[in-house]
Amino acid sequence: MIHDARAMAAAATTSPETPSALANVSRRAMLGGMGALVLALSWREPALAQDKADGPKKFGADAMPHGWQDDPKVFVAIATDGTVTVTCHRSEMGQGVRTSVAMVVADELDAEWSKVKVAQAWGDEARFGNQDTDGSRSLRHFFPHLRHAGAAARLMLVQAAAKQWGVPVAEVKAENHVVTHAKSKRTAGYGELAAAAAELPVPAREGVVLKDAKAFRYIGKTDGRAESGRGQVHLIDNRDITTGTAIYGIDTRLEGMLYGLIARPPVFGGKVASLDDSEAKKVPGVVKIFTIPAPAIPSEFQPIGGVAVVAKNTWAAMKAREALKITWDDGPNATYDSVAFRGELEKAARAPGKVVRNTGDVDGAMAKAKQKVEAEYFVPHLVQAPMEPPAATVRIKDGFCEAWANTQAPQATHDRLAKTLGLAADKVRVNVTLLGGGFGRKSKPDYVLEAALCSREVDGAPVKLIWTREDDLHHGYYHTISVERLEAGLDAKGMPVAWLHRSAAPTIGSIFAPGAKNQLPFELGMGLTNTPFAIPNVRLENPEADAHVRIGWFRSVSNIPHAFAIQSFVAELAHAAGRDPKDYLLDLIGPDRSIDPTTLGDVWNYGEDPVRYPIETGRLRRVIETAAKGAGWGRKLASGRGLGIAGHYSFVTYTAVAAEVEVDAKGVVSVKRIDIAVDCGPQVNPERVRSQMEGAVVMGMGLALSSEITFKDGRAQQNNFDGYEITRIDAAPKELHVHLLPSNDYAKPLGGVGEPGVPPVAPAIANAVFAATGRRIRQLPIRNQASA
Amino acid sequence: MIKLTVNGAERSFDGDPDMPLLWYLRDEAGLTGTKFGCGQALCGACTVHLGGSAVRGCVTPMSAAEGQAVVTIEGLSRDGNHPVQVAWRDLDVSQCGYCQCGQMMQAASLLTETPKPTDAQIDEAMAGNLCRCGTYPRIRAAIHQAAGTSKPGTSKPATKGDRL
Repeated sequence: MIHDARAMAAAATTSPETPSALANVSRRAMLGGMGALVLALSWREPALAQDKADGPKKFGADAMPHGWQDDPKVFVAIATDGTVTVTCHRSEMGQGVRTSVAMVVADELDAEWSKVKVAQAWGDEARFGNQDTDGSRSLRHFFPHLRHAGAAARLMLVQAAAKQWGVPVAEVKAENHVVTHAKSKRTAGYGELAAAAAELPVPAREGVVLKDAKAFRYIGKTDGRAESGRGQVHLIDNRDITTGTAIYGIDTRLEGMLYGLIARPPVFGGKVASLDDSEAKKVPGVVKIFTIPAPAIPSEFQPIGGVAVVAKNTWAAMKAREALKITWDDGPNATYDSVAFRGELEKAARAPGKVVRNTGDVDGAMAKAKQKVEAEYFVPHLVQAPMEPPAATVRIKDGFCEAWANTQAPQATHDRLAKTLGLAADKVRVNVTLLGGGFGRKSKPDYVLEAALCSREVDGAPVKLIWTREDDLHHGYYHTISVERLEAGLDAKGMPVAWLHRSAAPTIGSIFAPGAKNQLPFELGMGLTNTPFAIPNVRLENPEADAHVRIGWFRSVSNIPHAFAIQSFVAELAHAAGRDPKDYLLDLIGPDRSIDPTTLGDVWNYGEDPVRYPIETGRLRRVIETAAKGAGWGRKLASGRGLGIAGHYSFVTYTAVAAEVEVDAKGVVSVKRIDIAVDCGPQVNPERVRSQMEGAVVMGMGLALSSEITFKDGRAQQNNFDGYEITRIDAAPKELHVHLLPSNDYAKPLGGVGEPGVPPVAPAIANAVFAATGRRIRQLPIRNQASA
Repeated sequence: MIKLTVNGAERSFDGDPDMPLLWYLRDEAGLTGTKFGCGQALCGACTVHLGGSAVRGCVTPMSAAEGQAVVTIEGLSRDGNHPVQVAWRDLDVSQCGYCQCGQMMQAASLLTETPKPTDAQIDEAMAGNLCRCGTYPRIRAAIHQAAGTSKPGTSKPATKGDRL
């Protein structure tokens, strides 16, 4: 039906040589392309853009580029055999969105799960609505619209049956893939009605009735299925993944495909000074070697230049790249040294900066305080390092560019390909593969543009451009580097009456705007300005900081340094006050109340309506209490063990972590148990909420304990997973308990899930180390700081 | 000319004998289930079985595969139902799924050598296989399930907390 059978078939054959590898994907008809810009979404900030716009301020999906769509003919196709194909317009990178999107549509359609497939949308936001898969937004923004699409499709099936049977629509019901008219005992399968339904006009929105949540078949039902016997909903890509047939960006295979690698300037902003490619050209299989000019800085999502090698297989490209003799002009960042830069950030954090929130009289209250506490916290550069590095294949044929890429930003990729190649928008198609992890890295389309430049150099032949792990660590869009300085004045009871926080960190804005030195509202709104503590005098400042590398989004972004600093500092204050850190944290949050984030100076609020999404301190309190209870807070621990806690609000979701660590005689920290509690509002796929929390804990442990990118002479010092250490299975806790706060009211707004698990992990672990050893951790990663 | 079998089929290769098995499998044989993650035997995404043992394809030159039987994820079982594949699906281990082929090949090798592994043995055998999504708790649980050594209450994801 509902039209898309035709559109999808057309899509699948758009390219004369649809790659067999893609066509083979059994549970997935890969439709193609990619979508829009994740990062840019933050960059194209609604709050800023709308300052100039007329009319009421928009929020949520309404405020995103290209907004949302809910046309059943775009999202639902029913074949005559009853197979339902749901189009997923968001990129799958491990969050389970292809399964969750299908669950929502299938539930409202009342489809039988075994007959549901997913097709991946190509990059076309005018058709699908916003496709920037980032910011923990997919279900948060599209839940109601996907429900509508499913419900409208169900209504069309009902209408088709009623028309066929000559009975009133109100007497016809659709349930579990069968349409029934009870009075006449007539039934028809969805497949039988598909063609007739497809001929009907899409019903008016007001005529489409959504299910009562009590009737949900899949939504919210995936948790605890082992007990209940509801086992029907597993990951929709499970079989492909477990048999090696799932197709990621690096897996594209096309007829006549060549393989590309690029030697990039080792220092950001550098360029090729001289090139001797005579030895490289001798490598059998080399097809083309050419120089890519360095872009002007800031370079946004442009390739950073270098020397490209195109060869007949990956190995030949690797050997040829190694044989290149290049001298580099390192450019303005030649002396960047991240150790020295930390000193600059500390200096900046010790002087007044741009005031971003000011309540009461901090200086006056500080002067009268009984006790003063101050501390500085450091978080280094990090890199996302998804297991699948950036990879893209591009072919330019007869003036038409087709790309296959593991992108979080299909539309941005599309737009930049068109611009780079000088093609009209309708002469570019971006197909979205599965992503072998994203974490923000694949929101930047630079690598797809590199593949396009390679293809153009070989007369448009398809070129698969991959990044090695070394490329990924050396030329990334890094998580910022930061110093957070906090000062508090305590009263006689040990509670703060004055709070000063200075946050110094290069901004993501620096990749877009020359000389950007201050954090943007979306960075400040990630756990700095919107910290909901009941403190009478608060001043938050943002001193300036220069960027010497590309700064980018990393899962949960600025929440990482802000939460690490604030949640550590609260534990330090509790210690100074001689109090239990959990009780102290709850006292600081204060009584349950709803706070309009704009009153805290947070004009962003993750793009959401402050009325619909106020900060609810009771929800923050409850996740902290839940994590504490789960961990058995207050129980007696063995020597060398400690419990730490942290709570945080991010992506309009509330999370808390209680960590139990053991510190051995040599100071080695091991995490024995984690309890993570999450209140993300109503849950579509609770099982995937759990898995996201599990994953966030493991990733948070990595950055807490061992991960760090450092720079010397402008060059990243870590080359591969030996130097850039992420969590391995032997370090993962044997006890990892996820506590989902119940929330069955689907009229309430959804919170984010992909990112909010990360921020409280590091401070909870650092606080646990303090509880175990009395050693306060003020810089990440912890490594051997707990050793005597 | 290097002769080998891949998933039971006889093949020959007359290219650079230094080419890593990983790139032969992916670029030449068209078997993309074996993944690239690091190129330095640091992540395990390229794990395949060579002569019955788990090896890292990214550092195994084709010359070492001469006369050997190579098994990749595509050939781990005839029907995709090796006990580790079944357990992986049953517990929904995967997130992005990219590393999981290597994880399953390593796990299958572990179970061949150690049919009833302890947590410590699992950690030791699997420590070379990275997962950036952080699926380790479920990998442990899935290996136990495939081995029939699940503890009571861990047939579901081991990380399950109390629903409040």
